[in-house]
Amino acid sequence: MGVVQGDQMVLNIGPQHPSTHGVLRLEVMTDGEIVSEIKPHLGYLHRCFEKHSENVTYEQVIPFTDRCDYLASMNSNFGYVVAMEELMEIKVPDRVEYIRIIMGELNRVASHLLALGVYGLDIGAFTPFLYMLRDRERILDMFEYTCGARLLYNYMWVGGVSHDLPKDFEKICFGFLDYFEPQIDEYNNLLTYNKIFVERTADVGVIPADVAISYGVSGPNLRGSGVNWDVRKDESYSIYDRFEFDVPVGDGKFGTLGDCFDRYWVRMLEIKESVKIIRQALKDIPSGDVHQALPKKIRPPKGSVYRRTESPRGDLGYYIISDGSPVPSRVKMRSPAFTALSCLDEVSKGWMISDVIAILGSLDIVLGEIDR
Amino acid sequence: MGVLENKFQDNVVVASLDKLLGWARSTSPWYFQFGLACCAIEMMASAASRHDLERIGMMPRSSPRQADVMIVAGTVTMKMALRVKKLYEQMADPKYVISMGSCATSGGPYWQHGYHVLKGVDLVVPVDVYVPGCPPRPEALIEGLIKLQEKIQTERPLTRDLV
Amino acid sequence: MTIEEIKITLTNKFSGSIIENEELSDKQIEVEGSKWLEIATFMRDDPNLSFDQLECITGVDTGEDATLQSRYNLHSMEYRHKVEVVINHDKKNPKVPSIEQVWRIGDWFERETYDMFGISYEGHRDLRRILCPDDWEGWPLRKDYEGQESYHGIVVPKIKEEDEWE
Repeated sequence: MGVVQGDQMVLNIGPQHPSTHGVLRLEVMTDGEIVSEIKPHLGYLHRCFEKHSENVTYEQVIPFTDRCDYLASMNSNFGYVVAMEELMEIKVPDRVEYIRIIMGELNRVASHLLALGVYGLDIGAFTPFLYMLRDRERILDMFEYTCGARLLYNYMWVGGVSHDLPKDFEKICFGFLDYFEPQIDEYNNLLTYNKIFVERTADVGVIPADVAISYGVSGPNLRGSGVNWDVRKDESYSIYDRFEFDVPVGDGKFGTLGDCFDRYWVRMLEIKESVKIIRQALKDIPSGDVHQALPKKIRPPKGSVYRRTESPRGDLGYYIISDGSPVPSRVKMRSPAFTALSCLDEVSKGWMISDVIAILGSLDIVLGEIDR
Repeated sequence: MGVLENKFQDNVVVASLDKLLGWARSTSPWYFQFGLACCAIEMMASAASRHDLERIGMMPRSSPRQADVMIVAGTVTMKMALRVKKLYEQMADPKYVISMGSCATSGGPYWQHGYHVLKGVDLVVPVDVYVPGCPPRPEALIEGLIKLQEKIQTERPLTRDLV
Repeated sequence: MTIEEIKITLTNKFSGSIIENEELSDKQIEVEGSKWLEIATFMRDDPNLSFDQLECITGVDTGEDATLQSRYNLHSMEYRHKVEVVINHDKKNPKVPSIEQVWRIGDWFERETYDMFGISYEGHRDLRRILCPDDWEGWPLRKDYEGQESYHGIVVPKIKEEDEWE
């Protein structure tokens, strides 16, 4: 009987594939079903955001930042205006700060709901997807009531916000939060404690903490590996220091520390913390004029600034260089999903192809942000 | 009408063959989910709980061979344009294309300085229905799909084209 | 540690390579390109500096005097201090040692700066374009970029100078 000769097979996943969260092409070298190397190919959604931002004014860049991370566009706007206000040394009124935090945290909940729903869909569970999207629609209704748009808002402007909260927004929002908190237990029953889900995600795709820091991984992916780093607490911006909330950190609940289940569990706990922050903000929100501090003409002084904020995917950073004219000289967006995707090769060596899909889903990438 | 008048009872339907074929083909078009960017999220939202696309007969398919309609949702870049053409050619006849969103229609907000953005997917594939919006609401997408169904009903596949 | 102490530590160890430049802000240090790999390894491994996180690499076309710049933002998780390192390149032949072995995210960040500006990183194991297609011509984010005529038969539209509504 002769020896069986094995050979490497190259499998191409994407760019059009239901599980790749967008247009991503993965060139996977496998020995049968076991993966030995993955080469991601990007750039299928490269929409020249940085070239556009050198040719339009500072205010006109904000709709382009919306479209980069389209699942959490309030947070993308937030990062840009925080960096601009640091460059121009503008102090916004308190009401604007509270409104920004409410909208940012609501969008964080919506983004996590979609990420977890689609993750369940990747693993094979269809029902949590429908339930989570149903609740996300209620959040999008609230956004539409405030500023008119469902997905891409152009809401946060340098020095303020575009529309004030409508009169009965607080009542609607409290009604939603009271309805929503028991739903989290329903999601846990459906997905978190589901034996099949746990077996497919626990111990799979472990990212050790030092590897994660060297690859620039941040946000829930880094916290799932046990590192307590949250920009809202450690490099605090806006008025996050006035609110009380915990930072959930993974602890190897069902398997090894830093596996896919830890990242999923950190996101689930973050939804609860965001609900806490929204409740505190709605209770204490002061009155005022939201358009008071809007500058008449945006002409920042010469200089540069790099500021990062916490988006649902991690550390979103903006590097803005200004030369004194109304048009930016350079705007660079440091996207958290770009760094999260870079560690895919190292993390998935030795796992099977279906585990690669589980790892990719747990990293929660958005291709619009990666390719800009 | 003479011979055939009042010959049939109430439970018999008489129709022309064209209209029957049009009705059969238009009421259950399966779509090829070709979500590229932000419009893909609105396409997913219109297939989910609140605006259910399955009630008008559309089911998402991931393989081009099993689909009738290709919904191009999102910006098409130069790198992706060649793949769009290849996937369109892999679909089986009769096939239709819906261009969803302003990026797929004409380049969208990236029309002016986008060196890598294709100014409209109709430069590579023939488009039947354009749905405007950035992103279009799920209701707008459903209206576009119903217009496509009306268009399919007016086709006459059995008649040879007059040269 | 404050920025001053970081500058003093680096100047003591690499006296020739730290350049004094008044145009930079007080958070930025200018470094000469040829010794960048040793400086980066020292900044990561020294127990007092311990810069273990590379936040961002930004390529800049300053638009004047034919210079390109790379700006590296570094951060330490242990001491929570940050610094920004600026390196100038000559536009005709921009190159700098690659630091992808020091911080693993440098791999993709350097590929992106190469794709957009044409700065070549010596010692990088796999330097190829990451966002634009492999056979794209030109360096898009330079200020004097002219788009190519067509790509595989599809016409590439020219970048318009001013608003033209036809």
